[in-house]
Amino acid sequence: MSDTAILPPRSGVVARAVDWMIRHPAMFTFLLVLPITLWLGIVYIGSLLALLVQSFYSIDEFSGLVVPEFTLATYAELLRPSNFAIILRTVTMAACVTVASAVIAFPIAYFAARYARGGWKALFYIGVMLPLWSSYLVKVYAWKLVLAKEGILSWAFAKLHLGWLLDAILALPVVGGNSLSVSYTGTFIVFVYIWLPYMIIPVQAALERVPGAMIEAASDLGATPGQSFRMVLLPLALPGIVAGSIFTFSLTLGDYIVPQIIGSGRLFIGQAVYMQQGTAGNIPLAAAFTVVPIAIMGVYLWGARRMGAFDAL
Amino acid sequence: MQAVSFRGVSRHFGTVRAVDDVDLDIADGEFFAMLGPSGSGKTTCLRLIAGFEQPTAGEIAICGEQAAGMPPYRRNVNTVFQNYALFPHMNVRDNVAFGLRVKGIGRAERHCAAEEALAMVELAGFGDRRAAALSGGQRQRVALARALVNKPKVLLLDEPLGALDLKLREQMQEELRRLQRALGLTFVFVTHDQEEALSMADRVAVFAEGRIQQVGTPEDIYRRPASRFVADFVGSSNVLPADFVGVGRAGDWASLRPEDITLDPAGREAEVTSRAYHGRVVKLGLNVAGQGLTMLAPASGDLPRPGDRVGIAWPLEKAHLLGPAT
Repeated sequence: MSDTAILPPRSGVVARAVDWMIRHPAMFTFLLVLPITLWLGIVYIGSLLALLVQSFYSIDEFSGLVVPEFTLATYAELLRPSNFAIILRTVTMAACVTVASAVIAFPIAYFAARYARGGWKALFYIGVMLPLWSSYLVKVYAWKLVLAKEGILSWAFAKLHLGWLLDAILALPVVGGNSLSVSYTGTFIVFVYIWLPYMIIPVQAALERVPGAMIEAASDLGATPGQSFRMVLLPLALPGIVAGSIFTFSLTLGDYIVPQIIGSGRLFIGQAVYMQQGTAGNIPLAAAFTVVPIAIMGVYLWGARRMGAFDAL
Repeated sequence: MQAVSFRGVSRHFGTVRAVDDVDLDIADGEFFAMLGPSGSGKTTCLRLIAGFEQPTAGEIAICGEQAAGMPPYRRNVNTVFQNYALFPHMNVRDNVAFGLRVKGIGRAERHCAAEEALAMVELAGFGDRRAAALSGGQRQRVALARALVNKPKVLLLDEPLGALDLKLREQMQEELRRLQRALGLTFVFVTHDQEEALSMADRVAVFAEGRIQQVGTPEDIYRRPASRFVADFVGSSNVLPADFVGVGRAGDWASLRPEDITLDPAGREAEVTSRAYHGRVVKLGLNVAGQGLTMLAPASGDLPRPGDRVGIAWPLEKAHLLGPAT
């Protein structure tokens, strides 16, 4: 034990800097936010702005060179039927994938949040996360085999004497096709499979924060289980569902590998961007295509906020 | 008619007997307190009445109707939860009107009823506020209004004052009594605070280890505890050998309240072992011929210090015989 009440100042540059920062907490905060400000401000927002600027340029039809003059012509090109069909197809797929993910994820997340304890909880986390640890490409190609005409799924349907059901689905217009692996249904199934963990985790986190007493209170006040779900549980879980839907929706909007491997061969936004900036060399159109998901997500979040999705946060 | 009656009710969780063969009658219009240490089964009993738990064995009747097997939403019973459990995504008015909304009552009518209920708990005009923007005491009142607006047969209160500070708690105690009298409702109140139970309730049930140890008026419980546990838990009694106190045979036990012991130079000799100042009174730890006991002395005049020798006495009629040791 030292005899003095106050210890002498510490020596060394680091120690003195630390002591100085304790007396100047604002400096400490500044140093903490500096890296993220640089990262977000320059690397992220900066490149995004560069992209946005590109989308207002156009391409010279004859020379194939980018004309660095501001014009809305590239955006007008997006409205051409062939391009607009790509946007519509992608947005519809993203919306379907998001709704299906939410519906499938909710009961899983609810079980994990409310009933799973100890070992079951560990099993839940491993079960949800494990698919994320393996390569995305391997999983997609595996699904191609599962969904193929001679694949496991059609074999299973045949063995269960449900071959007629599969044929009926494939005979449907638009969503059907020669086999599941070359149909929109197949693209949809694979999208739901690979993005599902991104929905389950936020929904589970949101449900985890809903005290059990809330559901009991609703029931105590006379709400049937259906009413409790609609009026208490769902609104309280909504921030989690919105967070999850941001993942599933935007990941589907931007993906260019799944529809290329599994699907009808018609283009999605991601593939269009890939083609325009690569083989076609039309950077402005690629940039304009990229702005579409950003704009859609912006409108979506604004709408979600207006509807009170974040009120329970 | 009995508002609530339990016949041989048990609730077991695996090998744990949370409630074990309980018989209980709560009269209509009564303010009934369930008192006990944590884990004594009092809260489980409340949850059995509310319907959040179903009995493992036995029968529960609410206003003469069989309740076992009924889900909470089919029971005309409402609960004020320990942490209030207000819905964070609704304002105060919608919280209070929730019970009416799920019953399909129109917006105008239910808002009117909610406003009335809020006025009853002195929160008129708070309808538009968010539940999160209220203080603890105000949230407590909203929870109360939310339950009372449904005009329940029985109101259940699960340690409703536990989270409030002392001043507010005393104020709410009075207010709960006033509301209960004014509405003539049956209140069932769970608490681990014996003072709260004694001061508020018409009758008290003392719980320990899933069983009821004693049911009676606060005075019964305090003056004539049925067991050593009740004597000790309610008002921290001195539980002493009966022959030492002078009221019974050797082998029996008797309870003696600390406030019934007085300082008396002509009485039995005792050594002061500790002293704690409580404002109005002073709590003295005493040693009488190897027997430890505590007394409460008025905090005035010259007070003995630890180590002093004093004389103490107690009127024999204040001692309560508990019978043989259990």
